[in-house]
Amino acid sequence: MIKSYSLRRKVANAIVYTVLTIMGIIWILPIVYLIINSFDAATGAYHSYIIPPEFTFDNYVRLFTETDQFNYPKWFMNTFIIAIISCVLSTLYVLMVSYTFSRLRFKSRKLLMNISMILGMFPGFMTMIAVYYLLKTIGLTQPSTQHVALVLVYSGGAGLGYFISKGFFDTIPRSLDEAATIDGATKNQIFWKIILPMSKPIIVYTVLTSFISPWVDYIFVSIIVRDQYDNYTVAIGLKKMLEREFISRYWTRFCAGAVIVSIPITILFCCMQKYYVSGVTAGGVKG
Amino acid sequence: MNYIDYVSLNPFQRFLRKIVGFFINLPRNVGNLFKKIGRGIVSFFKWIVDGVKDYFSRFSKGDSFTKLSYIIMGTSSIARGQLLKGFLFFFTEVAYFVYMISFGMKWLSQFDTLGDTETYKYVPEGSWKEETVQGDNSMFILLFGVLTIIITVVFFALYIGNTKSAYKTQLLVESGKKLETSKEMIHNLLDKNFHTTLLTIPTLMVCAFTIIPLVFMILIAFTNYDIEHQPPGKLFTWVGFDNFSDVFFGSGKKSKTFFKLLEWTIVWAIFATFVNYILGMVLALMINKKGIKLKAFWRTLFVITIAVPNFVTLLLMSQMLNEYGAINVLLQNLGITDHNILFLTDPGGLIPKITVIVVNCWIGIPYTMLITSGILMNIPEELYESAKIDGAGPVRTFVSITLPYMLFVTTPYLITQFVGNINNFNVIYLLTGGGPNTQEYYNGAGKTDLLVTWLYKLTNDTSDFNLASTIGILIFIICSALSLITFNSTKSAKNEEEFS
Repeated sequence: MIKSYSLRRKVANAIVYTVLTIMGIIWILPIVYLIINSFDAATGAYHSYIIPPEFTFDNYVRLFTETDQFNYPKWFMNTFIIAIISCVLSTLYVLMVSYTFSRLRFKSRKLLMNISMILGMFPGFMTMIAVYYLLKTIGLTQPSTQHVALVLVYSGGAGLGYFISKGFFDTIPRSLDEAATIDGATKNQIFWKIILPMSKPIIVYTVLTSFISPWVDYIFVSIIVRDQYDNYTVAIGLKKMLEREFISRYWTRFCAGAVIVSIPITILFCCMQKYYVSGVTAGGVKG
Repeated sequence: MNYIDYVSLNPFQRFLRKIVGFFINLPRNVGNLFKKIGRGIVSFFKWIVDGVKDYFSRFSKGDSFTKLSYIIMGTSSIARGQLLKGFLFFFTEVAYFVYMISFGMKWLSQFDTLGDTETYKYVPEGSWKEETVQGDNSMFILLFGVLTIIITVVFFALYIGNTKSAYKTQLLVESGKKLETSKEMIHNLLDKNFHTTLLTIPTLMVCAFTIIPLVFMILIAFTNYDIEHQPPGKLFTWVGFDNFSDVFFGSGKKSKTFFKLLEWTIVWAIFATFVNYILGMVLALMINKKGIKLKAFWRTLFVITIAVPNFVTLLLMSQMLNEYGAINVLLQNLGITDHNILFLTDPGGLIPKITVIVVNCWIGIPYTMLITSGILMNIPEELYESAKIDGAGPVRTFVSITLPYMLFVTTPYLITQFVGNINNFNVIYLLTGGGPNTQEYYNGAGKTDLLVTWLYKLTNDTSDFNLASTIGILIFIICSALSLITFNSTKSAKNEEEFS
């Protein structure tokens, strides 16, 4: 009996290992394919082989040196600067709003929270055309000012995304605030000196998510930047490379560019996955 | 059924009860919702009537400075020594009137018709050159009209606040109490009124980049702003609920497309949510199974696939699944098929639909694995022990214990996912672009288009702004109805104060 039990268990484990291996291969294959293709010596997107006969580092070099049509290094810098600025702004907005709703009690609090919940349920880019014309009238769609517009768009609505970090602030005991108030601290001081230093996880989470979003958005970029290739961000630029007239020349460079963008974002994501899970489950799971 | 009976049920029965209970209570809940809305409207009107009454009673009881504040904001504060506050009120009023006279009035006065002169060309007498006379631009009228209305509402609120504050200062002075000095006012902004300080900038930004555009787009749904009424040059105007009746009851392609896409959106959302959910949990269970080694390795392997930006993997997939792409090459090299399979463009529409669901699994399964791992570990071990003693196999255990338990615990997460999938733009847009397109559908919509991707196409490619806004509002109604039901049926929203 005992023998057959351990045998059964071994068989079960063997099945699980097989399934995991097959799944692992299926899941990792596209990424391997991307990396292989970024080293493919032949250009053009469609070949009759899977593994290229000849490898080269050339695609990466040309991505950074041949910048006359698609200026990848510039796109990278554009995205980086936009991401930094909008990340600082949105993190501030989110922390301010979530602290207010979590800690301070005032008359219109419930009303404001309900309004922001309702606003969050409209499809995000339904407003894109109106946003574009608003930006145009204040002169922010000129080639020289498009990046300011992008920063404003990415950080503008950030205050509505307070839900997760409010959930975090809610778990910090209120007695801390009360003790500080008795000691004569103002609410301003409590915010900066007591709550924020205790909120490292949620600050990291907010910073990372808002840093990543400009890297992966192409909807608003395509609306605002349109045909100014030099002002593109990485996401829309890479998408452009795959359009019909460019794909045969740029496919391998697309792969190289995609690998370069993916590395930092993958690392960031892996670093924050712990916070990410607790963030998602905090709002959406009951214990 | 009382609590004891409920606790003695197994999780699966509990979940069933919940579903049954949901449908039994649905009419009552909907009724309650309408009652709530009705009560809200009544109290809103009461609030307005009270406000008006207070407004006049304050005026009649006020002294001359207070009365003057009703016309020139801030007088009462300035006269009684609260200079900062008084001047802030005063300059708000000045700024508002300057704005209205120089800019706002012009747009607001045309708001009811959205402009009446079209751009036209004529040849002046004694000249041979044609001249163009710029007419009204309906879009700017609507946009700046909305802006002006919102500014007016804010100003009105400040004005009412000003009259209240004027009367309050008067009462304070009459009863001989000390007034708040300017310095105290600033100090209070960092303490008692800290919420004002913190919320001002985020609220302004949300107003500018979410509320004004949103109100504008909602209003567009009630106009005929489409490809044939493009400003500048052409005017558009109010048409009431015509767009909605077109979509619902029209006999044309619009209505047909809407219902077809709605149907596909719901099918898609159901598949994308539940297939991912169940398979993701199976994956998590396999990785966490006792006796499986290298758990961290397996986990990282799958997490990497979601850590790579979504648009990269999707664009890559769209190339691999192309008619001449890697998957077809692979299948032919392995001898599985001898012709190219049109994964993304097959005109029948069924193969592309299956493909997007499968590719979405590729993205969604590791994601569910990541999210549910922790919760799965919390399922009481006794449940599994007793199942094992009763001789249940792994499939039976999953169906009878894991699944019901998880469904019970993660219902809110599931609904959020469902709503998220209704709005899942990336997967569809980057993979198929909504294609294969078909003549049966309205203007460029394809068989795998979701309502959101159709909305995007309508605004971006075909300039049917009115239809796009109508669709947007309908998506909003569907999503908010779903969310409302969940938020009402979970306690998490009500227990907000528990930790504080």
